[in-house]
Amino acid sequence: MSTLYAVLFYLATILLVVGTGLKIRKYAITPAPLKIPTTPAPTTRSGVFWRMAREVTVFESLFKSNKWIWLFGYMFHAALLLVLLRHFRYFTFNVWWWVELIQPFGKYAGFAMVIGLGGLWARRILVERIRYISSPSDHLMLALLIGIGASGLSMKFLSPVDIIAVKVFFLGLLRFQINELPNQINLLVHLALVATLMIIFPISKLLHGPGIFFSPTRNQVDDPREKRHLAPWAAELEK
Amino acid sequence: MAPLDDKPVLDVRGPGGHPLDIPRLACGAMDDLKSYAAHPKHQEDCGFPGELIDNWQEVAIAKIGELADKNRAFQVYLDACVKCGACTDKCHFFLGTGDPKNMPVARQDLLRSVYRRYYTFAGKHFPWLVGARDLTREVLDEWYNYYHQCSQCRRCSVFCPYGIDTAEISMAAREIMDTVGKGQKYCNEIIAKVKVTGNNLGLNPKALGATLEGLEEDIEDETGVSVRIPLDEKGADILLITPSADFFAEPHIEGLLGYAKVFHEAGVSWTLSSYASEAANFGMFIGSYENMREISLRIRKAAAIDLGVKRIVFGECGHAWRVAYSFLNTLAGPFDFLDQNYPIPQHILEFTHNELEKGTLNIDKSRNDEFRMTYHDSCNVARGSRMGDKPGGQFEIPRAVLRAVCNHYFDMDRDTIKESTVCCGGGGGLLTDELMDLRIKGSSPRMKALQQVTEDHGVTHMAAICAICKTQFSKVMPKFGYEMDSILSVHQLVSNAIILTGQETDEDTAPIEGAATAGAE
Repeated sequence: MSTLYAVLFYLATILLVVGTGLKIRKYAITPAPLKIPTTPAPTTRSGVFWRMAREVTVFESLFKSNKWIWLFGYMFHAALLLVLLRHFRYFTFNVWWWVELIQPFGKYAGFAMVIGLGGLWARRILVERIRYISSPSDHLMLALLIGIGASGLSMKFLSPVDIIAVKVFFLGLLRFQINELPNQINLLVHLALVATLMIIFPISKLLHGPGIFFSPTRNQVDDPREKRHLAPWAAELEK
Repeated sequence: MAPLDDKPVLDVRGPGGHPLDIPRLACGAMDDLKSYAAHPKHQEDCGFPGELIDNWQEVAIAKIGELADKNRAFQVYLDACVKCGACTDKCHFFLGTGDPKNMPVARQDLLRSVYRRYYTFAGKHFPWLVGARDLTREVLDEWYNYYHQCSQCRRCSVFCPYGIDTAEISMAAREIMDTVGKGQKYCNEIIAKVKVTGNNLGLNPKALGATLEGLEEDIEDETGVSVRIPLDEKGADILLITPSADFFAEPHIEGLLGYAKVFHEAGVSWTLSSYASEAANFGMFIGSYENMREISLRIRKAAAIDLGVKRIVFGECGHAWRVAYSFLNTLAGPFDFLDQNYPIPQHILEFTHNELEKGTLNIDKSRNDEFRMTYHDSCNVARGSRMGDKPGGQFEIPRAVLRAVCNHYFDMDRDTIKESTVCCGGGGGLLTDELMDLRIKGSSPRMKALQQVTEDHGVTHMAAICAICKTQFSKVMPKFGYEMDSILSVHQLVSNAIILTGQETDEDTAPIEGAATAGAE
């Protein structure tokens, strides 16, 4: 079982890093032929930096759009961030001080994460417009994330797992050794789901994460009259 | 809920009729609405196959891949959508029709589902899981119908957490369809006309010259002052590029008279060009960079070679201003031969606003006292361009000009103006009679917002700075209880209020006591 999970995590990590890397590369090398920022837009690069910062830290456009989706979406993403940061403690031999600092919040953030996801799922089922646009994969994605959250919470609050052994397993993986993983069902489910998430990341809508940074309507400077913008393939037309 | 029947709508407000009220889904409501197919000759004039080619499926699929390599927005937007639903109630065509395929995300999905099928792992191996589907004839027809129910107004892009712009997808879809010979008559016929005669209407230089002479006479009859509307004058300082509707349609012409009066009072030399007698660039509507570039280069040739002007100013035209402001430098630049002390290009409202600030215009606001005004932000000006130095100048400058020439001005509901403006319902290549049903329904959010200010503030007229908006509103306003001339050009109000140097004013138009302060807000 330990070997199986070790292989699974090596594989998932490679697919996540390589797959997402290739996608980011595609976004980066694909030119934007025209200036299309959604205006009013910042007229300087630092202005664009702040616009993007607001989008990714407080979900500004979503807030303007729909308060319920913002509330649940923000709850989920903020909680997920805390939970992820908290998990650093299982990958570093000495726990960093700021990981220690967020530990009490990160522990309970799991609940916020699951509640946020539940809210999003409820909307997907109950609001007819959102039900209409949902594919099976949209429901499964929520199920997967809720599964990860719930199985994680069960280890913290229902049937604790030998967390030292888990840490030894992952520290081992980082040093290319395979140590014994506790054979406990909620742990195995949690890890299998996380590996699944890592594997599907580069081939799913989770690409919205890197994608937003490449969105021309959000990352372009509004300066077309001052600065000529020309894509390489468009420059060819002028020859 | 907005009515879904075909009858003319007199009062669509009803109980609780907020402009942005969300309708129940009416699946298939607009399934059958098809705009006319392009004539093979016009297709070929635009560089596309005349009719649907035999291997259309193969070519269309390859074109999706080509666009994903050439246009970052297209690639990122196909991948990034999480179906959160934030955009689902943002499209005026959805609000007006209830047809779920008019929800922005659903409109994108018509193409995204095909992209997924042929270009993604999940779609290739598990199509049912991710809603991927084969490109069939039915899918192509569905594209044709619903990508011609998008006015490319970008309202959805304001509200999308990733900035996904349905206009980009709909432009790409139209380009893919054109590439396989499935073009739309309205857009492609107009593009063909520009290439032959220089304007969308096919107005030849002689007719244009005669029209302008007639307009000069009108101004002289009305004011007693000779104001010129020059055509093809070499060595003029300013080339004015304006939508050809300004030459013949109401209320557009009144706007042209306004530009002429402002130029006259500012004491600048200017000219129109018969070769580039069109501001609008329908190449954008069909997502064709090549066509958009070819049309833009006419302006460069007119300015640089034919007339040798120092500045380019654009008249009131929405999509034209987006192409001019955001794309002209890219498509037809660099404009290093023009006077770099002025914005290139400049909007006529920027020009007029400057003159008002300088105090060169003698304005009598009371001449517009018969109008209680509001202002419709045209979508492509609002969300695809700018005026002035600061972000949002495209909202402030037109309002500043209106307030400077009218005593009675009121804004509509905040959620329906500025960057949240709702489209007139006729933009993006939809201003054609066979789509009238859609145009009326799509205009209903704007019309409801207008009805609100009519009730609350007694607003009688609405001003706009887009040729499409003006034509569309003069057609649809009668369906909502307004006269067709309730839509005005902003420069029409400027024209009314200007007292030309040497103009004799009679008593009727003298300022009325107290009018200057009454009702201004």
